[in-house]
Amino acid sequence: MALDDRKSDFKFVGTRPDRPDGLDKVTGRAKFGADAHAPGMLHGAILRSPHAHARIVKIDTSKAEALKDVKAVITRADFSDKVPFKPGLEGEFWNVLENVMAGEKALYDGHAVAAVAATSALAARDALKQIEVEYEVLPHVTDVDKAMAPDAPVIREGAADYSVPEGMHPNVVRYHESGHGDVEAGFAEADLVIEDSFVTEATHQGYIEPHACLASLGNDGKGELWCCTQGHWIVQKTCAALLGMETSNLRVTASEIGGGFGGKTTVFIEPVALALSRKANRPVKVVMNRSEVFRATGPTSSASMDVKIGMKKDGTITAAEGIFRLQGGAFPGAPGDMTAMCGFAPYNLTNVRQVGYDVMANRPKQAAYRAPGAPMGAFAVESVIDELCNKLGLDPIDVRLKNAAYEGTKASYGPRYGRIGLVETLEAAKAHPHYAAPLKPGQGRGIACGFWFNHGGETSVSLALSEDGSAQLMVGTPDIGGSRASMALMAAEVLGIPYENIRVTVADTATLGYNDVSHGSRVTYASGLATIKAARNAVEKLCERAAAKWGIPVDAVKWEDGCAVPSGPNAGDFDPMPLADITTNMGSTGGPISGHFEATPEGAGVSFGTHIVDAEVDPETGKTAVTRYTVIQDAGKAIHPAYVEGQYQGGAVQGIGWALNEEYIYGEDGRLQNSIFLDYRIPVASDLPMIDTVIVEVPNPGHPFGVRGVGETGIVPPLAAIANAVSNAAGVRMRQLPMSPPRILAALKDNG
Amino acid sequence: MVEVNLWSGLRSLTGGRQVVEVEASDTGELLRELVRAYPALQGPIDAGVSVAVDGRIIAGSLNEPIRPDSEVYLMQRLRGG
Repeated sequence: MALDDRKSDFKFVGTRPDRPDGLDKVTGRAKFGADAHAPGMLHGAILRSPHAHARIVKIDTSKAEALKDVKAVITRADFSDKVPFKPGLEGEFWNVLENVMAGEKALYDGHAVAAVAATSALAARDALKQIEVEYEVLPHVTDVDKAMAPDAPVIREGAADYSVPEGMHPNVVRYHESGHGDVEAGFAEADLVIEDSFVTEATHQGYIEPHACLASLGNDGKGELWCCTQGHWIVQKTCAALLGMETSNLRVTASEIGGGFGGKTTVFIEPVALALSRKANRPVKVVMNRSEVFRATGPTSSASMDVKIGMKKDGTITAAEGIFRLQGGAFPGAPGDMTAMCGFAPYNLTNVRQVGYDVMANRPKQAAYRAPGAPMGAFAVESVIDELCNKLGLDPIDVRLKNAAYEGTKASYGPRYGRIGLVETLEAAKAHPHYAAPLKPGQGRGIACGFWFNHGGETSVSLALSEDGSAQLMVGTPDIGGSRASMALMAAEVLGIPYENIRVTVADTATLGYNDVSHGSRVTYASGLATIKAARNAVEKLCERAAAKWGIPVDAVKWEDGCAVPSGPNAGDFDPMPLADITTNMGSTGGPISGHFEATPEGAGVSFGTHIVDAEVDPETGKTAVTRYTVIQDAGKAIHPAYVEGQYQGGAVQGIGWALNEEYIYGEDGRLQNSIFLDYRIPVASDLPMIDTVIVEVPNPGHPFGVRGVGETGIVPPLAAIANAVSNAAGVRMRQLPMSPPRILAALKDNG
Repeated sequence: MVEVNLWSGLRSLTGGRQVVEVEASDTGELLRELVRAYPALQGPIDAGVSVAVDGRIIAGSLNEPIRPDSEVYLMQRLRGG
């Protein structure tokens, strides 16, 4: 649903110009991670553990080193020995080092144990076969519930932080509990209480571009790194720590990025390539293959959850309780706390209690995946609400409206909400033709709400004007969702010059101040806010120059439609002075004109969405088809609506994959069984209906134009909305994801 | 004095109290005073916390102002994708 019929005070914001990177991407001119080359470049390859859990007794690299094409072989000994181990997430640099190159133990199938740099990619891969690793295979565990059981093998002693109650298994490394009211009293008031258990499998972010980088680290200690990442400053900081370098000696440039979704917010191959380059004294390129991406980069957590909700006959929720156990691989970091805090966040609850566990298992280190932790919790919570609606004969949107959080509601995680837009998304859902459309026999409809916090983060932006009146904008957040277009629109709005006259560049770590990663749906919010303020900073200087030319005080000049104009009738009678008339001789009127802004903006504003899904189930084969899908989400203010719709559609599609097909499948030996796209099936265009979108705009008071992040919330409701649709179509509650054909058939059979 | 609401998992570190009072005029002072009054809170604060002031979630900034009547919640540090 377009916004074209709405009146707007904006001239550029809210329009849909062509994307600035479009031609580059369709012609192949865009340079991605693997597109970089350097004179004398070597190719790196990484040896990975075939065992889920094994002590590394000995690594003999002598045969590989003797090969004439091999220029360097590295193991853990080639990294810094000064990265300290600390419990929980406090020791995150140590955790990352342990993940990019194993120390005493291999902790999962695919864990890196050594690496080679050779004159060709083939020679490097061949040389891996000449490295002899002696393993002592240890018992392993990959399932979250089994990893918490008393007899589970201990993955690492001492990893648990302060929060874990006494008596828990050492694999439980973090514990969260929050809520308010008295849940037992609340359940006693309910007319119906439903308690149920749910399971989700780990899924991969599934970005199309595998990790790739080109590293050069010379004898002078100065390094250059080109890589595919969501945040090159965190790459710089982490690599410097892992290699024992000064941060400023490493310059990192972000390549064009073929998807990230949270999975490229950390490092995997980058420190390895730098260590190889330092040892070989030549540039080294490392490119992962898809199997390495699946085996050794971050999937989501898997989850096991118990949810109990009490409801009155009129739909009022009297109490809600959730236990959320998240498995995050062989390292701390599974977002059980986020799952717990987000699960009940859409609702205005008097009595609520939520518990989250962060559990280690012999799997790759989990990484963020759009609203990390929230989709699983929403699946469990919204499934129970759906079941309550079915049992009590209530409309699922009416029940959600009755219990919906609004401005002033005490959130399930504590504070009171500011201005939020959940009610508006529910009202838009109820009014949407999709909700009134009849269903065919065999089809079911599902509704679900979702919540995400959004984030601000460190942000620095510079804007430089050219003599001809065009502008160059330098941001530090890699463009994973169309941010160059959005930034140009926001700068155009402030400067009053055409969108096409603004070129936006993602600057490297040596040319701009620190920028937090492109994550937490923060870019349009935080880089956007900084862009607006940098442009306003430039406008102040433009007004100063105009005031000087006119010989009037600067406060008698204002900026309007790309021109300096007198601020009122008393300021003097001067014709508007266009931006280009000021910049044309700026060198002789005070020097170049730039704008700059840096801050850690703290007004991101939380976000809600409501999804409507129709699904049908083939009772013969168990195959599920999503027949209609509508996403309704609060964007605060859509800067470039086509990109916002793209984010909504992408979230829904990734959710469809997570709900119906995608899963990490481990064998009894703890090895990943499906590490290629043929066996790990993501949805393709022919699997999908058109995803309809509705942009709700409840402005965020923390942003000059009202922006709320939109990148993550879109993946929170789908698992639940699809599960509700499929459960209603099949006539049986689906409690485990993915709802693959064998699971659907088994559920139908169990249901008689 | 500012009333600080803790998440219930922290009660074991504050002698069972979920609401504590400290003297503070910004988020940095709040965290320092919390640790001074309840040294066991050093662990969670080092591990990363956010502070919600009157419903606005301050992810990490230490210089955000707090009024004596502000509604203040200590929260786990948020992480995004």
